[in-house]
Amino acid sequence: MSRHPGLNLAHADEKAHAEAEPLLFGFWVFLMSDLVLFALLFATYATMMGVTAGGPGPKQLFELGPAAIETAALLCSSLAYGMATLVMKYERGRVWLLFWLGAALLLGLVFLCFEIDDFVGMFAKGGGIGRSGQLSAFFALVGTHGLHVTFGCLWIVVMMIQVLVFGAERRDNKTERERLLADRVQTRILRLGLFWHFLDIVWIGIFSVVYLQGLTA
Amino acid sequence: MTLNDWLFGRLTVQAALPFYSAIATAAASIVVVGALAVVVLLTKFRLWRPLWSEWLTSLDHKRIGIMYVVLALVMLSRAVVEAVMMRAQQAVSYDSPGYLPADHFAQLFTTHGTIMIFFMAMPFLTGIINYAMPLQIGARDVSFPLLNSVSLGLTAAGAALMMISLCIGRFSTGGWSGYPPFTELAFSPDVGPDYWIWAVTLSSIGSTLTGINFAVTIYKERAPGMHLFRMPLFCWTALCTSILMIFAMPPLTVATALLALDRYAGAHFFTNGGGGDVMNYINLFWLFGHPEVYILILPAFGVYSEVFSTFSAKALYGYRSLVYATMAIAVLSFTVWLHHFFTMGQGANVNAVFGIATMLIGIPTGVKIYDWLLTMFRGRIRFAVPLLFALGFILMFAIGGMTGIILANPGIDYQVHNTVFLVAHFHNVLIPGLLFGMLAAVQYWFPKAFGFRLNEKWGRTVFVLWTAGFLFAFMPLYALGLLGLPRRTVEYFQGAYRPWTLIAAFGALLLLLGLFAVGAWLFVSVRQRDDNRVPAGDPWNGRTLEWSMSAPPPEYNFAVRPRVTGRDQFMRDKLGGMAYLRPDEYEDIEIPLGSAVGPLLGIAGILCGFGLTWHIWWMAAGGLLLSIGTVIARSFVRETTRIVPAGEVRLQHEAWLGRLAMERPASRDQEIAPSNRGLALADGS
Ligand code: HEM
Ligand SMILES: [Cu+2]
Repeated sequence: MSRHPGLNLAHADEKAHAEAEPLLFGFWVFLMSDLVLFALLFATYATMMGVTAGGPGPKQLFELGPAAIETAALLCSSLAYGMATLVMKYERGRVWLLFWLGAALLLGLVFLCFEIDDFVGMFAKGGGIGRSGQLSAFFALVGTHGLHVTFGCLWIVVMMIQVLVFGAERRDNKTERERLLADRVQTRILRLGLFWHFLDIVWIGIFSVVYLQGLTA
Repeated sequence: MTLNDWLFGRLTVQAALPFYSAIATAAASIVVVGALAVVVLLTKFRLWRPLWSEWLTSLDHKRIGIMYVVLALVMLSRAVVEAVMMRAQQAVSYDSPGYLPADHFAQLFTTHGTIMIFFMAMPFLTGIINYAMPLQIGARDVSFPLLNSVSLGLTAAGAALMMISLCIGRFSTGGWSGYPPFTELAFSPDVGPDYWIWAVTLSSIGSTLTGINFAVTIYKERAPGMHLFRMPLFCWTALCTSILMIFAMPPLTVATALLALDRYAGAHFFTNGGGGDVMNYINLFWLFGHPEVYILILPAFGVYSEVFSTFSAKALYGYRSLVYATMAIAVLSFTVWLHHFFTMGQGANVNAVFGIATMLIGIPTGVKIYDWLLTMFRGRIRFAVPLLFALGFILMFAIGGMTGIILANPGIDYQVHNTVFLVAHFHNVLIPGLLFGMLAAVQYWFPKAFGFRLNEKWGRTVFVLWTAGFLFAFMPLYALGLLGLPRRTVEYFQGAYRPWTLIAAFGALLLLLGLFAVGAWLFVSVRQRDDNRVPAGDPWNGRTLEWSMSAPPPEYNFAVRPRVTGRDQFMRDKLGGMAYLRPDEYEDIEIPLGSAVGPLLGIAGILCGFGLTWHIWWMAAGGLLLSIGTVIARSFVRETTRIVPAGEVRLQHEAWLGRLAMERPASRDQEIAPSNRGLALADGS
């Protein structure tokens, strides 16, 4: 039977490998369900496009600059997270792991700050959620993504603490118990990674469908 | 904002207490008295501690399954009583307002529908799958035992909101589908739709998580050799249902969340003005709603498959075709949602496409019916209670399926949509389909779960009352629908309807008796438990792995994990003299420790839902924080499992094997006699 939990456990520790498998597979399935949710929000946005009900439209409300910065921040954050995963895989030490996780967190927060600033600006221009169907759909879609990012940030914080408390290195740990806890931290960091990259993909969709489309159409 | 507003939101004494009708007051009192009685009894018999440590915090899939079923039975009782009240109203409301105010009647059909779907049917089938599926595939538990308990907590929280709404404030009057714009603030400014939104949202999140859990379990936890095509059919239906849950619950979550945004944030998704579009809601809702009916029926199909084969003493006929039919139904179920609104403005061609797609589902379903009939053909049939339910199902479900095909024709649908013809149709598939399946499952697996058989006579009484009650209550509705009686009608003025509504009321009375009979069935069986014990664990000469262990099974299910070489493994073992062997060695078994996370998240869900409903923001925020805090705290718990040492497993297993050696095997004719101690005479036929 082929197994793909994604980490370097297979040759090292068969049992840990087997335990990681349903966790990662289950998380993929969860992401699939979450993706359905986003797909429906996209579809709702698509049907509401242009329904401005006399209010301001994309051209008046969206700004490409901040949206581009948000995109860059989120993509870089994903890159930093990727680095964290590699550091974990090759066991380059706690400090580097925390450094890259911290970088990912920081960039995530940058994204959120710009997004919130964006939202505030839209409200100021009379583009609140209650102004029109299109704006309702906009805030539902982009807001849901933002909420996901917020929870992702919280999760990164928790994982950083867990790295400190439990460690994420298998090599140096002595007892089986400690090893188990480190394994747990590792698979959690892996799953958080899936989540974090997943949010990138959704954002790319938002950037193209909402911002680029709205500003060019 | 005054302190009072801050503390209580829009909760005031006038808004809260159910004094708008004497009947509502009485119903609320019953709930309160019932809850108090439970509290008193638990205290009196000092059951709080065992309830908490052995049940509520248990992560054992078998206990979680049983709790789901208990929840379903409690909610069933309320929903049946409400149904009978509605039928009684229509029996007396010819040219008269009847005994129920229109607003109360509207709450009744809303709560009845919502409860039956989300808090009776869903928990019921989730409970049965939880109990039986891991045993059937040879697993020690589901993949994510903690998540399982969380799902139960969230579902129970939704159910609790339903019960609270009976006592504090009022429920939605918008029907189980909650269509806007009626459920928007403009037309329903009170708390009703908010209760509905949060109860349903909690339940749908719980079901999404359940779906993920079951699907992963089936993919990853099967015993060695248990290939997918060796799984019992019930597991296949559980798999398809889980996949449907994963994909079909999110649309519901989105629909209710967007409706909530309309109501709470002034958004314009489904409002009449501001660019809202109700068709979006209706599409989202039925994108969930149609797959939902297959989520409901597929597990019942699975139960019937097990029942037909066990009580005919034959392998299931056409196993592969049954699997493919199940898959086909699951896929097709996503392509037909539009038949719920043929009359809402799309062109004739679109309607035709969806009408044809709908009719196509009749094909795989027909395949199944023939497979079941052929399973019985030349079998050694015993008319045990589960088989009676299964036979009743085949006969009556065929009628319900046929009227479904009739409704799938857009031309006809234009005539009868929104009449009680539709009500007759969906009850015709839900009662003999889903509910009979679940009752059959209870009778079938109860001895496994509790170690004694249920009383046969009362089981038959339940069957007769529900069958007769169903026929009397719902066949007249076909006629009434054709005569034009709209659904959800509180009062009518056509004398021609009268005889039919009276017959239907008589049927409802039988159904009420049927409900009492369910209570008596369980009660009498518990009292006579010593006459019906089946410690050996195999009362029906079963074919699949769950029958190969003691009844009730040990917490870790299998002393040694079974090796599977083909379909109906346990029957193979019995025929080949390979059952009940003493394994050479045992190993340590790791099982999950109990956890309070599930109940805590349930409480958080209630706080959130109640706070949001009544605009008590501190409570809602508190609930949210509680849930986040609980999850984070749990992630720091170091010890989450415990080891059952191999020696202990050996002791328990050998004790049971020793007991087996003392039991006399029972033949099929003795199946319902006290001499059936759960050891079956292995004669294969
Ligand atoms: C005990 C037997 C039952 C009786 C006597 C009964 C009776 C009724 C009645 C009188 C209505 C209202 C019909 C109308 O709109 O005029 C109704 C609606 C409904 N019932 Fe039942 N029912 C029963 C069982 C069930 C079951 C087992 C389910 C589902 C699993 C179910 C699901 C529904 C739904 C979804 C509605 C629609 C509610 C709405 O209009 O929004 N019922 N039922
Ligand atoms: Cu449908």
